[in-house]
Amino acid sequence: MAASVMHSAPAATTYDVERVRRDFPILSREVHGRKLVYLDSAASAQRPQQVIDAVDRYEKFSHANVHRGVHALSQEATEAFEGARDRVRRFINARSTREIIFTRGTTESINLAAQSWARSRLGKGDEILITALEHHANIVPWQLVCEQVGCTLKVAPIDRKGEPIFDKFLESLSPRTKLVAAAHVSNALGTILPIKRIIDAAHTHGALVLVDGAQAIPHTRVDMQALDADFYAFSAHKLYGPTGIGVLYGREALLEAMPPWQGGGDMIRSVTFEKTTFNDLPWKFEAGTPNMSGAVGLAAAMDYVDSLGIENIASHEHSLLELATAELQRIPGLKIIGTAANKAAVVSFTLEGIHPHDIGTILDAEGVAIRTGHHCAMPVMDFFEVPATARASFACYTTAEEVGKLVAAIRKVREVFG
Amino acid sequence: MELKDLYRDVILDHNKRPRNFGQLENPDARADGHNPLCGDRLTLSLKMNGNRVEDVRFEGKGCAISTASASLMTEAIKGKDRAAIDELFTKVHTLLTEQSAVPTPDLGKLAALSGVREFPARVKCASLCWHTLNAALEQNGSGASTPVSTE
Repeated sequence: MAASVMHSAPAATTYDVERVRRDFPILSREVHGRKLVYLDSAASAQRPQQVIDAVDRYEKFSHANVHRGVHALSQEATEAFEGARDRVRRFINARSTREIIFTRGTTESINLAAQSWARSRLGKGDEILITALEHHANIVPWQLVCEQVGCTLKVAPIDRKGEPIFDKFLESLSPRTKLVAAAHVSNALGTILPIKRIIDAAHTHGALVLVDGAQAIPHTRVDMQALDADFYAFSAHKLYGPTGIGVLYGREALLEAMPPWQGGGDMIRSVTFEKTTFNDLPWKFEAGTPNMSGAVGLAAAMDYVDSLGIENIASHEHSLLELATAELQRIPGLKIIGTAANKAAVVSFTLEGIHPHDIGTILDAEGVAIRTGHHCAMPVMDFFEVPATARASFACYTTAEEVGKLVAAIRKVREVFG
Repeated sequence: MELKDLYRDVILDHNKRPRNFGQLENPDARADGHNPLCGDRLTLSLKMNGNRVEDVRFEGKGCAISTASASLMTEAIKGKDRAAIDELFTKVHTLLTEQSAVPTPDLGKLAALSGVREFPARVKCASLCWHTLNAALEQNGSGASTPVSTE
């Protein structure tokens, strides 16, 4: 459908991007006297009014501490918070809310799995296998565990297109591999990894799999039962929700057997100075008062995404990706970094003789917000032998006109530099 | 906020044709600078005569602002002693960070950096070479230095 959509508005499609944009108050603001063109959603997506209102309602009318009081507000807050957990369960099709742990975000989710599961299970001779595409958040927590318990971190290579070399990945698997930790979608390049094949291959070798889903969750339907991942981590703020809230999905039997990570209130059943018994799942992993308004916001974001239909969002973004890829390639000296066959709504690029930081500043003056830098994926930058890239990323509210503004602004960069 | 204030002709020229680019053989002092946020890296090598900079070269990869700033700096400090360089550093720092600062005549071409202060995210790019210079001067005669980072 509409494979050759170019400058004209997408024809007969039910996806009305202008209507979607009206849900996002921030998109009507100006930057440096120009209409904001926000192409940095892979760093953090903007929030629709529906999410802002849900958080606002909670703060205004329903806030109290959860799981504690017998009073009405505490009950309401608990219902809102636990209701949000069930909303997450349905969104990712997990079997049970016991498998949904609220965290501060993807990074904390991965650290939880590393410190609770890996640290208590792994030792010398064991291996953790990651890919060369990973974000620092899916590298450093494993390095820390390796230092703590003496296990080894191995890295499966990628090719020049920015795709994992699947044969090499298979060769890297061995009986020593106890965990594979891989991104579902690369944040720096947009590569969609063949995650189901990775999971199945790892399971065949008896290894568990943690998936860093931070970049996948806003672009693709994620189904825990179909995927069969052991752990899946993501953040709300990439999915049009608030910052400071995220999820670690874990298979129930695994979580059940894992030791608590942090100690405190809410994660206990009874405490004496001699002995403490821990709470049931999922609260065993949620020490302290949680981020209730964040959870409410995440649930509202999931409602919002479902109201648009994630498949509709994905196909809208894909047409923008094709448009941007075609238009950017026509700019002299522009090189797209990451040319995988399957990509999510991310275009990373360099301009010959011009540093990405200069690109970012000039685009910003034109009202175009992109990310420049190493994208917390320094090993990916090293692999492509660039210090940094410029990255434009698209979301449910991005328009073809904005892609046009991106292209025009990049031409302006060329003008400034002569 | 005007792009032309940031990317002045002097800046674009020094970015395109950086002066004193490369490395000195047998330098008296060397230091590495790194700006992890944007990946800028530079290496500075100095030939000293007492506490006077006799010659200076820089090498590295960076954005236009960091390259031009380093290039302009090498021109400005050649032949100057430590006290004069410290004074210049203070003036450049003021120029980069204080809205009301007016470039003094002794800054010469370095005055072209005054547009950077309108772009707070870029101040580190312009100051990286100066911090690296400081590290190199500290190192002169006192053994090895650790790489400088502007983060």
